[in-house]
Parts: sequence; C-alpha cells; structure tokens
Amino acid sequence: MELVVYLEKIMKNKILLSVAIFFLIFCFIILFKSLNNSNVYVPKSISEKPLINFSSQDLFSTVKISSDQIFIGSEFYILNIWASWCLPCRDEHAYLMEFSKNSSIKLIGLNYKDNPDNAKKFINKFGNPYLFNMVDLNGTISIKLGAYGIPETFLINKERKILKKIVGPLNKKLVKEINLIIK
Amino acid sequence: MLASQIGYYSLILGLLVSFLITPICIKNFYDNKIIDIKIFSFSFLQFFLVFLSFFALIISFVISDFSNETVFNNSHSLKPLFYKIAGTWGNHEGSLLLWLLVLTLFIFLFIIKSNDQPKKYRILTILFQQIIIVGFFLFILSTSNPFVFLFPIPKEGLGLNPILQDPALAIHPPILYLGYVGSSIIFSASLAGVVQNYISKKWAKHIKIWILISWIFLTLGIMLGSIWAYYELGWGGFWFWDPVENVSLMPWLCLTALLHSILVLEKKSSLASWTVILSIATFTFSMCGTFLVRSGILNSVHTFANDPSRGIFILIFLSILILISLVVFFLFYEEKKIVISKTYFLSKETSILINNWFVMYFLSVVLIGTVYPIFLEVISNEKISVGPPFYNKLMMPFLIFFLIFMSIGPKLHWIKTGFKKIKIKFFLLFIFSSFISYSIIKNIGFKNLIYSFLISAAFYLFFITLKDFFSKGFSNLSQKISHFGFSLLIVSILLNSLFSSEVTTNLKIGEKISFKKGIITFESIENKKYKNYQSIVGYFRIEDNKKRLIILKPELRIYNQPYTITSEADIKTTLYADKFLVMNLVKGNEYFNIRYQVKPFMIWIWLSTLIIVLGGTCSLFRKNYEK
Repeated sequence: MELVVYLEKIMKNKILLSVAIFFLIFCFIILFKSLNNSNVYVPKSISEKPLINFSSQDLFSTVKISSDQIFIGSEFYILNIWASWCLPCRDEHAYLMEFSKNSSIKLIGLNYKDNPDNAKKFINKFGNPYLFNMVDLNGTISIKLGAYGIPETFLINKERKILKKIVGPLNKKLVKEINLIIK
Repeated sequence: MLASQIGYYSLILGLLVSFLITPICIKNFYDNKIIDIKIFSFSFLQFFLVFLSFFALIISFVISDFSNETVFNNSHSLKPLFYKIAGTWGNHEGSLLLWLLVLTLFIFLFIIKSNDQPKKYRILTILFQQIIIVGFFLFILSTSNPFVFLFPIPKEGLGLNPILQDPALAIHPPILYLGYVGSSIIFSASLAGVVQNYISKKWAKHIKIWILISWIFLTLGIMLGSIWAYYELGWGGFWFWDPVENVSLMPWLCLTALLHSILVLEKKSSLASWTVILSIATFTFSMCGTFLVRSGILNSVHTFANDPSRGIFILIFLSILILISLVVFFLFYEEKKIVISKTYFLSKETSILINNWFVMYFLSVVLIGTVYPIFLEVISNEKISVGPPFYNKLMMPFLIFFLIFMSIGPKLHWIKTGFKKIKIKFFLLFIFSSFISYSIIKNIGFKNLIYSFLISAAFYLFFITLKDFFSKGFSNLSQKISHFGFSLLIVSILLNSLFSSEVTTNLKIGEKISFKKGIITFESIENKKYKNYQSIVGYFRIEDNKKRLIILKPELRIYNQPYTITSEADIKTTLYADKFLVMNLVKGNEYFNIRYQVKPFMIWIWLSTLIIVLGGTCSLFRKNYEK
C-alpha cells in the first residue's frame, strides 16, 4: 500500500527529480574530469610578442654584447635559459645539440644565476650548442623576458617576434612542434 | 610510537561502533519502547574513541614523534609548543580527524539535548548522521590516515609552513569546523523531519539553536581566516574573493538565509519546504567546500595536498549524500495544508522572503564565480580566473536594495502592516543618509552612481538600527545587535575601500621618499636570531602632513625548517585607520621593496563582525522570542 503511494509521488515529481538527478550526474562528470586535469596554471603564451632588448656579457669571451648584435642574419633563433645546477637542463641538452646542427637556426643560451666556472664545465662536458652564451647573473634578464623558471626556451623569428615559449625541458613532442614551425 | 598505535586502533574501533549503533537504532525505531539507552552509551563511546585518537595525535606532535608520517611532514622539534599543538590540525590528515571529532561530539550533544522531541525523529537523525560519520571514517582510514608509520625513523621533521604559524590561524580551523559540522546536524535533522513529516513550529524551535550555533561559529571562523590573511599574508586586504574564501562564504550565506526563514517557520508555519531546502543546501555547500579545498581542484593557499584519490572519494561521498537528500525530499516531503489567511506584501515574512531571495542571488553569484572556471576548463579547455571586479559589479547594485529591505523589514509586523505605520521619521533618515553619502562622494571627487546609492543605503541601515536601540527597549535585542553590526560592517567596508591609499616603492637604508600624505624614511635594519628563524627588522619613520610621527617596524623572517622567507607587516591600528607597512627583499640588491598603506576603519570590520556574532549569541540565551 505504502509503496503505491510512494510510486505515485515519484510519478508526480518525476520531471523535477529526474532533472535534479541529471544535473547531479552532470556535475559529477565535470568535477570528476577536472580532478584528473592538472591545475598548474600557465598563462597563455603571448603569441608573436616582440622580444625585449637586453645586453650582457658572453660567458666565454666576457665581451659585452647587446641583443641587436645577436639577433641578426638568421631565419630563426632559439633562446634557451639554462644553468649548470639545473637537472632538467641536462636532459634537454641533447635536443639543443640536435638543433645546433640545423643551419637555419641560431641558438643563444642565457645562463641563469650560475657560477661561471660550473657553467663552463657543463658546456665542456656536454658540448656547446650555443652561438652566444649570455650571462644573467642576477636573473633580471630572465625576469624581463617573462620566464617562469628554468629551463625555458623561446622560439624567435627574424623579425624578433616570439613564436613559441616552452616552460620546462624540451622533449620529443615539443621538438617536433618546433620543427613544424621552422618548416 | 605508542601514541600513534593507540590513535590508529581507537579510530578503527570508532568505526566499528558505527556498525554496532546502526542495528540498535533500526530495532529501536520499530519497537514501541522509549529510546534505547544503548544509543546514548554507544555514541558517547564513539566520541570518546575519536577523542582518544585525536589526543594521541596531539601527543605525537607534542613529543615530536617523527615515526609518525603526519608529524614528520608537518612538525619540527624546535617549534614552539603552541604551534606543535596547532600543527595537529594545520594539515590535511589532522584536520579531518578534527572534523570527525566535532561530528561525533555534536551528535552526542544532539542526542542528550533533544529529549523533548519525538523518538522516531531522533533516531532517524542519528541514522542520517551515522551515514556522514561512517563516510568520514572511511575517508580518513582509506586515503588520509594520520597514523602512518615511518621506518627508518627520521631524526627531524620537515616543519610547519611558517605562514601557518599564526595565533589566528591556529584556532581558525577548529572554529570553522564547528560551524560546518553544526550544519551536518541541521541536514540530518531536516531529512529526519521530512521523513517523519515533522517540519513544524516545534521542529523549528528546536533546530534553531543548532542553526544559531553553527552560524555563530561559521561567522567567527571566516572572520579569523580573514584576520589571518590580513596580518600574515601581507596583501593588505581582508577579502580577496579567493575560491577557498568563497567556499566558506557559500554555506554562510545559506545559513544566514536559513536563520531568517526558520523564524518564519517558527512564527507562521510557512516557508517549510524552503527551510528544508536551505538546510540541505547548507550542508551540501559545506561538503562542496571540503571537496574543492581538499581535492586540489583549486589552487590556493589552502591546498594541502593534490591527491586525486582523495578528491574522488569526497566527490562520490558528496554525490551520495545529495542523492539521498534528493530522494528523501521528493519521496517523503508533504506540503502541509495550513490555512494561511493571505500573504501581504507589507509584512515581516514577505520582507524576510525577499531578503532570502537576495541572499540566494549573492550565493549564486559566488557559486558561479567559483565553479564556472572549473566547468569551463573541462568543457572547452579554456582557463579563466574570476576576480573581484566580477563580484563587485554583480553584487553592488543588488546590495542597495538588500540594505533598504533590511532596514524596513524588521519594522513590519507579522502577517500585515498598513501603510500608515510607516512613519515620516524613516524618510527623514533616508534623506539625511543620502546627504551624508553625497558629501562623502563630493569630498573625494569620486563619481560613481552606484557607489553613492550604496553608501546612502548603508548609512540608512546604520541610522535606523542605531535608532532602534533607543526607541523600542529590549524586545528583540539580538536582531538589533546583529543588524547594527551588519550595517557597521558594510559602512566600514565601503569607507575602507573608498579612502584607502597606497605607496609602493624601492628604498635602501637611509633613503626617504615623499608622497601625497607625508614622508617615509628608511632609517636602519637590525638582524636578530631566534630559535627557528632569523629576522631582519626594518625601522621606518613616517611623518604625515600634520607632522605626526610614527615608527613602523616590518620584519622579514627567514625560517630554516623548511627554508621559507615570510614578511611580517607592521600594522599600527587606531580607531580611525590602520597604517600598514610591509617590506620585501629585492634579490641580489641593497634595495628593499616597500609597500605602505593607510586603511581607514580596518578595526571596525573585525569589531562589527564580532557585534554580529554577539547578536547571535544573545539569541541563544534568550528564552522567549518576540510575541
């Protein structure tokens, strides 16, 4: 008897209840999905933003060079922020060496808050992919460039516009993407 | 070591008690006897076991037992004793144990305090509450056990995050939880009431105490969190519309609406279904808050750990609870056929209902602002963040009407008031407050229509509530105090945001900077060494245009365990304004970054919140409420 009463009630409130439950399921799915998303927040890379001007010492020659002298005479440039104390930098070094074989790209290193001796040792040990290696002793240039941390890599075209900005070490997928842009 | 073992096993035993108490309850529900005394003893036993477990965790923290993983992650042997104890609930595992402790305490109190209620209703409330309790037990034991054993035993702990080492924050979580958990009693009781068809005047009278208690603690808890953000985070504000702040505001808004609608239910037996919906919503929002904070979906200062398995557990648990409440509500709820003569526009219940709808509007703004970015990201993979302008724009215009209704509403009678009752005094006061608002706006040369209306409305409420203290005696003291506190809060917030000024600059020792309102001189710095940190104190002399001098000493603390730099703002508080100075290191440089702010009426924001709470507390101790 009671069951019938309840059933009648369900029928009466069928639409409301099913809407509510449907909504609940919808929320559940969305929240469940977003749980698995990473919540590291990276602002959208500012596409085609012009590169700022800067000047600094070269690591090896200790000559002061400005960015006007560096970004000249090539189709593409890769600006890589690195340090000898940074472990992910070692991982991505092989990819940079790969890029240095490509004649249409010039590689520029920005040595971030590093001991120059350690930096030189690093280059001597793993090879030098960079044409120039600028010293950023107190990290101000990196901040001006809008870097989040190291390693970080900027792909720059001949008009000195930033085409792509990569936070974190390079990997196979990212190298592929860069190669696509260059072609 | 021993303490951890005791804590762990008493936690398991506590869960077992749940399984013992449930069949007793069900049996007792169907027989004709009075309520079984075993229910009392078992729920006390459960509370005692959880208390034992919590106490064991405190002991582990006090003796710095690093074989316990929670202690290892969050404590350090050099920490002051007060923060060792506060560290117990300053982390995910410990704070959940605290939740559970309050949960078991409250249900025990509910059982002994509800003697005059029907038996079946009480037993059902206990059963619904046990569902929540079992959920929390399982959650703690399966995903966040505070008693995990570490081997080899580390020599030293990792230390408590220094920004959490603050007296206001040490008591912020327990107070807030009292509020959250109190709402769980309201949830269970209203579901039980629906099943038993007991949503009535009598029910309203009895549940009102619980609503008041949770409302008081929730208000205090939010205020403490806000005080902490103001003094410790050094951002120079008290509310940032941070998602985690929002999730504590949502249950508060719901509870505030509930607090008012329960009065209508108590007096006039109307709004019953609305009250039930609010009761369910309040607890749902509390649980949503726990979910959003603990799952790591939101990025915030409160994110303890990003462990998806925890998030999934709470999400499933939350959905089950909502599903249960939906089914119960739709199946059992029966609209009572009460003869209500007529609903008049000019009556207390209408104005409470209108204010309720306004609160619901504010609630949905906060809800959308908090949840929309999460939904958008999943659906369209787009990341947005919602900031203060969104909330200000959407809330301010409606706040004006809200305040006006709030000033007039309490003046009206239940059921019906004639137009004649509205006296000329109210209009005069309104004109007076508009005049004040006009002069303020004129003085600062700030042209914004909404602002000027808002200030008038806020002052209007302020004057009306102030006037009430003198006119009607003590007939409804708690309402007067709370509404007065609220008007004071709104006025202080408005004046604070309108008259705040700020200077940010880089200074080195010996330099001075002059700005619109005076001169700041950076005199010297002093290095000090403390037990668990090293401090750099800067001495600043600030001279304003009237040649008044103050010395501010902001501090930089370099903690060694874990290595963190925090900046402690120095704040000089007076009744008129707070002077707030914070300094930061500029890397590799002799300069310090200085931010100096003058924040008018800051102390009044805290005081007025306390007044609001005081009003609620008065209501708790008053036996007979208004005719």
